[in-house]
Amino acid sequence: MKNLLTLKKYFIQYKTKLLWGMIFILVSNTMTVYLPILLKDSINEIQKDATSGILLKYALLIVGTSIVAGIFRYLIRQTIIVVSREIEYDLRNDFWQHIQKLPLKYFQNNSTGNIMSHATNDINAVRGFIGPAVMYSIDTVIRLVIVVAIMFSLNLALTIYALLPLPILSYGVYRVGKLIHEKYTKIQENFSQLTTRAQENFSGIRVIKSYVREANEIKRWNELSQEFLRKNMNLVRIQSLIMPILTIITGISIIVVIWVGGTKVINGEMNLGEMAAFVMYLSILIWPVIAFGWVMNIIQQAEASMKRLNKILNEPYEIQDSSSTDLSVKELKGEIELRNVSFKYSESLPEVLKEINLKIKVGSTVAIVGHTGSGKTSFINLIPRLYDVTSGQIFIDGINVKSIPLDILRTNIAVVQQESFLFSDSVYGNLSYGLRDIDKQRVEEVSRIANFDKDVQSFPNGYDTVVGERGITFSGGQKQRASLARALATNPKILILDDSFSAVDTHTEEEILKNLKEFMKNRTSIIISHRISTVKDADKIVVLENGRIAEQGTHYELVALNGLYAELHYKQLLEKELEELN
Amino acid sequence: MADNKQDDEILGKAYDSKLMKRLLTYIKPYKKYVIIAILLNIFVASLGPLRPYLTKVAIDDYIVNANYHGLMIIALLLFGSLILQAVVQYFLTYYTQYLGQRTLYDIRTQIFEHTQKLALKYFDRTPIGRIVTRTTNDVESLSELFSSGIVMVFSDVFIIIWILVFMFSMDIPLSLVTLSVLPVLVYGTFLFRKKIRESYRDVRFHLARLNSYMQEHVTGMSVVQIFRKEKDELKKFSSINADHRDANIKSIFYYALFFPGVELLSSIAIALIVWYGGGEVVQKSVGIGDLFAFIQFTEMFFRPIRDLSEKYNIMQTSMASSERIFKLLDNKTFINNPENPIKLNGVKGDIQFKDVWFAYDDENYVLKNINLQINPGETVAIVGHTGAGKSTLINILTRFYDINKGSVLLDGIDIRKVDKRDLRKYISIVLQDVFLFSGTVESNINMDNNEISLEKIMHSSKTVGADKFISNLPNKYNEEVKERGATLSVGQKQLISFARALAYDPKILILDEATSSIDTETEQLIQSAIEKLLVGRTAIVIAHRLSTIQNADKIIVLHKGEIREIGNHQELLAKRGIYYKLYQLQYKDQELRKSN
Repeated sequence: MKNLLTLKKYFIQYKTKLLWGMIFILVSNTMTVYLPILLKDSINEIQKDATSGILLKYALLIVGTSIVAGIFRYLIRQTIIVVSREIEYDLRNDFWQHIQKLPLKYFQNNSTGNIMSHATNDINAVRGFIGPAVMYSIDTVIRLVIVVAIMFSLNLALTIYALLPLPILSYGVYRVGKLIHEKYTKIQENFSQLTTRAQENFSGIRVIKSYVREANEIKRWNELSQEFLRKNMNLVRIQSLIMPILTIITGISIIVVIWVGGTKVINGEMNLGEMAAFVMYLSILIWPVIAFGWVMNIIQQAEASMKRLNKILNEPYEIQDSSSTDLSVKELKGEIELRNVSFKYSESLPEVLKEINLKIKVGSTVAIVGHTGSGKTSFINLIPRLYDVTSGQIFIDGINVKSIPLDILRTNIAVVQQESFLFSDSVYGNLSYGLRDIDKQRVEEVSRIANFDKDVQSFPNGYDTVVGERGITFSGGQKQRASLARALATNPKILILDDSFSAVDTHTEEEILKNLKEFMKNRTSIIISHRISTVKDADKIVVLENGRIAEQGTHYELVALNGLYAELHYKQLLEKELEELN
Repeated sequence: MADNKQDDEILGKAYDSKLMKRLLTYIKPYKKYVIIAILLNIFVASLGPLRPYLTKVAIDDYIVNANYHGLMIIALLLFGSLILQAVVQYFLTYYTQYLGQRTLYDIRTQIFEHTQKLALKYFDRTPIGRIVTRTTNDVESLSELFSSGIVMVFSDVFIIIWILVFMFSMDIPLSLVTLSVLPVLVYGTFLFRKKIRESYRDVRFHLARLNSYMQEHVTGMSVVQIFRKEKDELKKFSSINADHRDANIKSIFYYALFFPGVELLSSIAIALIVWYGGGEVVQKSVGIGDLFAFIQFTEMFFRPIRDLSEKYNIMQTSMASSERIFKLLDNKTFINNPENPIKLNGVKGDIQFKDVWFAYDDENYVLKNINLQINPGETVAIVGHTGAGKSTLINILTRFYDINKGSVLLDGIDIRKVDKRDLRKYISIVLQDVFLFSGTVESNINMDNNEISLEKIMHSSKTVGADKFISNLPNKYNEEVKERGATLSVGQKQLISFARALAYDPKILILDEATSSIDTETEQLIQSAIEKLLVGRTAIVIAHRLSTIQNADKIIVLHKGEIREIGNHQELLAKRGIYYKLYQLQYKDQELRKSN
């Protein structure tokens, strides 16, 4: 129960509603419990040859009492279950707020599916505890107390005989529920094995076909399916017990009442009306008793889920404003300096950047080239503090980035990432993403610069076209140009392009670069690219190799140097020749 | 794509007689058992309603007449019927579920068998996730239909019938009065189901929105953070979250109305029994015991009616899934075997391409007019720039795809006249992207084929030089290989794939060399492995290694789907054509590195 204590603050927030809920439970139970008494009295009246007037009175009383009980039952759900949905809402909001602040590292180490499963399954399990579990446990306790008290007052011995099977029932449901949960988990494991198997087979279908192993694959699949069948039957063996157990135990209670109670009636120790009341009380008690065993399982599962949720909710933010943040920094000009910067993704991994020293002047363009894995993307991630340096410092306008308020830092830097990511929103919405509101004029302007405007015109609804809807998918190049436009729209002081033209053809790229020239005046730009054509006009080209700066200078200087850059240059010339060859 | 998308959006009608008919063919093999199950159901359904009747007998005949012995007999009868019901119920449930699970097993294996026959063309066009869903999740959602749906519908109907039989045999007027609440109950239940279904759909819609929002924003979290949009996004999230909450609260309303409503109806039925039945008792037309029995009957009525309406939902999901499954089963994108295949009895390895044209989409030709003669035992290197058609050329040789025009001959026989399995037995392909399966090193080399002995595996490994690292593994050949060979290095994976090809000892070897650069030591290992691999067989290599092209008997230069140059290394270099450029671009470095 330790982990579920986290929920205390939510319960306190909704305490009035919850309190009302409990009062409603009390009232409705009082009414429900009154019904068998009415039945008892009416049967006794019938035996005394009651007039139809008296019978009608009892009939109306029974209906009236259950209407009142029903109204309160309605109110119980409208308070307690509704609260559970409200708390679920709050919890999920808090969860999301927290998730958004976690460093990118967290998202790299945890799969999207995993995070999603916490946000849905675990929160769901916790809600099951707040709503049904709380409702039924209060209900059960109150009902049990009242009913048992009345039954005792009617006939002590019979009560004991009749109630004897019920705790066994409750415990039985609890045990069986637990067993079912265990077996079910095993089935889930087996099911995911099946899924993996299918996944693997379909991914490797080429190899399977070329070695003619289809028959064997089918055999293995059948074996696994057989295993799945077996595991399912294991569950069925337990699951099939539920109905018979319920039948026997509830049935036995009633038989006890009829036999023992009947004997007492014959002996004149009780009357038929009381016997009828007993039968009815038992049927009132049975459901809460079953629910009790079931609730115990819900609580256990909720506890496990809450534990997982708490683990995430306690993840540190790592990158955030701190006491050393200089709140007087309101704007940035864009001079960047890296001093002895080294970086690794985690303690156990090797350094991806080693003692980088680099100065980038305001308004200049610096290009970074290098092989895959040479550290280019890591380099630019450090500037807007998507990651923090492992050692060394990064300064913007002479201020350590760690002292610049995160809001100021990131709103002044625009990054166009390698993998362009658009949201399923309209083109207007996507391109205004970094702005307060949608600014149509601005969007159209930057689309022109990013050479995206003509594409938009070809979309069915122009700038109102929603990305990803009705099969409208953007090509890689379109996505890249859209994300470029999105970055430009924010009017950044520092523009970072991480291989943002890889899917754009060279001709279009040239046009974009031409347009950008005007835009980039007075702004600092960092461009990562594999293409010489993209970087050749930069003020400075930095060649990274194994996390170190291997060469730097202008295009001509580097070509003359006859090193890595020159080699790359030469190869791309050849490639171009080959492509143009018919 | 557009067509496929619809595939996942099939919502399904609750009942489609054509689909149902086809689904029922799956239980045909178990027809006898299904009939037995239904008969047992009819029997067991009577036991529940029997007890209120026995109660009546106990009260009216024995309690009222002070017959202790009779009361005891009834109690024992009640107990007996209870035990019998429980036991039969248990076995019946078990048995029904078993039938259901068997049927699912049949369907699951049938689908998988079908997928194994589908041509690569199908896999190229269909996202793997979708095929996986068909074989797993979609089959699972049929589970309820088969394991409880069909048989349990009978059970519910029979329970209701038995209750009616008992009630009417006891007292017709009282039965009619009691049952007067029934139309309200049935109508109310179905109305509730309908409303709940609607509101459930609403909840699901908002849940889907919530999920896709989260999915999207967790994936694009870096964009959110770069643009500092956390606050705005939280607002958006809250509003979607709130919609989801409100949709749920709305469905609470229906539940809050329904359950108390059912209780109220049962109270009304009891009130009616007290009022009308009480009057009858006073007039002595029925006994007091009948009232007891009728009160119990009313409670018995409610569950099966509630269940029946629930079955409707099960049907709906099952129909949608089965429609998707059948669509896959009806897809016949096969590469067909000839009716009377020519049996290959050992091949020499003579390959001939005659005026071969091929397009993946029947429109844009990727291979144009290819004419090529490869003699037995020859090693042919294929070179070309990206997109030249190299991989396509090797794909058509094993009939992964069928060519559009021309013919491919093996020892003079058109490969379309040979059984695919026969053909592929003589040709092994080593792909650039080594695919390892989860299992052991051994099972990856022999591809789980027990006919290939451990000695042969070890011999092949030794030949290609894979034995060294394998014998250093803690469990040697029994070392576990994780999915996709995650724990092995690129070089090790390649060596394993070489050993695999060698273990199958093919007459013709097709090798798509990997480009990825590896450390020099492994590189040397792989180079010598390739040399050994090629000895004594016809080999076609998509070459990325200088050593391979230098050793080849002939080099074929593909460019934009056509053979542009043929010759050996020196001849082609002297030509100063495409090969010369390719050499500079792809192979020259290796020479430099070698000389370093």
